[in-house]
Amino acid sequence: MSSTLLEARAIDKHFGGVTALRDVSLTIRQGEIYGLIGPNGAGKTSFFNVLTGLYHPDGGELIFAGEKLQASAPHKVARLGIARTFQNIRLFGNMTAMENVMVGRHVRTHAGVFGAVLHDRRTTREEAAIRRRAEELLNYVNIADRADDLARHLSYGDQRRLEIARALATDPKLLALDEPAAGMNGTETASLRELIEGIRKDGITVLLIEHDVKLVMGLCDRVAVLDYGEKICEDVPSLVQKDPKVIEAYLGGSIA
Amino acid sequence: MTPSSTLETLRTDKRIVIAATVIIGIALAVLPFIIGSGLGNSWLRILNFALLYIMLALGLNIVVGFAGLLDLGYIAFYAVGAYLYALLASPHFGLHLPVWVIIPAGAALAGIFGALLGAPTLRLRGDYLAIVTLGFGEIVRIFLNNLNAPVNITNGPQGISGIDPIHLGGFTLAKPISLLGFTLPSLHAYYYLFLALALFIVFVTIRLENSRIGRAWVAIREDEIAAKSCGINTRNIKLLAFTMGASFGGVAGGLFAGFQGFVSPESFNLMESVMVLCMVVLGGMGNIPGVILGGILLTILPEIFRHGSGPVQLAIFGKILLDPEALRMLLFGLALIVVMLYRPAGLWPSTTRRREFRGDSTNDELKAGE
Repeated sequence: MSSTLLEARAIDKHFGGVTALRDVSLTIRQGEIYGLIGPNGAGKTSFFNVLTGLYHPDGGELIFAGEKLQASAPHKVARLGIARTFQNIRLFGNMTAMENVMVGRHVRTHAGVFGAVLHDRRTTREEAAIRRRAEELLNYVNIADRADDLARHLSYGDQRRLEIARALATDPKLLALDEPAAGMNGTETASLRELIEGIRKDGITVLLIEHDVKLVMGLCDRVAVLDYGEKICEDVPSLVQKDPKVIEAYLGGSIA
Repeated sequence: MTPSSTLETLRTDKRIVIAATVIIGIALAVLPFIIGSGLGNSWLRILNFALLYIMLALGLNIVVGFAGLLDLGYIAFYAVGAYLYALLASPHFGLHLPVWVIIPAGAALAGIFGALLGAPTLRLRGDYLAIVTLGFGEIVRIFLNNLNAPVNITNGPQGISGIDPIHLGGFTLAKPISLLGFTLPSLHAYYYLFLALALFIVFVTIRLENSRIGRAWVAIREDEIAAKSCGINTRNIKLLAFTMGASFGGVAGGLFAGFQGFVSPESFNLMESVMVLCMVVLGGMGNIPGVILGGILLTILPEIFRHGSGPVQLAIFGKILLDPEALRMLLFGLALIVVMLYRPAGLWPSTTRRREFRGDSTNDELKAGE
């Protein structure tokens, strides 16, 4: 296996007396699809929020591509190459699909006020490149025909895809997807699966939170299971499914 | 559509744009002469004030319309610009700096004040931000009111009078300018100067709107957390919105001081902030033509009510029943309510906002059809 991309070391997170994460350590390797599963309230989204700098961890540290991630600085995390989507979709509703993806290019572009006002060659070229890349990405996630529609008018499945396109626009090394298949029907899930596999083929590592066990087991190279904020298992899907602790905590004593 | 016909429409579109620009340009150029000879100089003054308010509304639009940060103390930046002009070009300190120094300095100082306001309020949104900015506006006004002791800086409630009129290249705009046998009256000269700067501000705003920075502002308005996760440094981008918006206010303030020849804290009260906010909201938040329309309407309508309600009452009732000044505010309030009821997105919303409302109405129709 290839090198380590992300290493979480003993992450702790409390909310008052409630422990959201306790001593969570995990390692994500370059180029894999890594699943994070667990019952509701197990701390999956909390881990995402710590990872992407939205939460300040109470203990532990995150090493990403050899650099220590600074807590509470989401924009720096994005710059280092971690992009995410949200469990409850967070698009810029009153911007068009195109503009949403263009915002994703923000972190990789530089034009400031003077560039914007003067429209010098560098800015116009940069702006054209932003637009071109956004078009490519809308094509990539198959919603190019909705480019000029407001994000909030897109169908649920398309909104999920748009959010992925926006995340990809930041040129991430690691794409963290928070329940991308939630609320999707069978066909939509199948095409989402293709999309995620395509993203991995392009060299982007994927971290996936998902409730759809079939999707996780079929797609992921390795899976970690969280329960009550603790990691109870981390292995390849076939072994995770057989782990008695996982069966007890998550699969309710039987495997479907 | 075939490529050649698309090209054809593009060409016609371009021709229409050029024609419209020429027509609007001519209209704007002859406007002061039409109004000056038809309605008199008082309306010409009102027209000049409309241009100042357009600049203010466009500045506030960056903060409120684009970045979604509710600012109720915006007039403070107008005050900063105006007082800077008054202090640097009046007998008060005996300084008489040229206008091309003062106006940029006013923009810069107002921008700094914008950042000063922005910095402590970065974590606030909505109602909370509104309260803090309202306080900021009042603090600036009260400072201006009281900075006459122990050292007299602002001359307190009396304000500063005898401010130099704006000089440009050896001409003073306070007197009619004679050039090549053609005489340009003072108010007309001010009109062209204000128009030029208003157009400049419109230009800057349009360029900013369609830029990486403009998109980041709107992204913050739409969803701050998502904006952060997209790599936007929300702190810097918000401060930039406050700074840019404030600097427009500073420019307008400087022009106001030079035009009026007198400034006092009275001119910068909360009602003025509310008025500018109304221009932005009523015209169409975030949409530049809408905001300009709001600025024009809200400067001119109250004056029409003020000048018109007396004669109308006399004609109908034979006497004046209601004080025109009171009636003016009453009608103004009514106009606000009617607009908010029937055009909640503003009089001239942006195309996206229009689409947003149209989308909603189709949904409503669908629901009604069920």
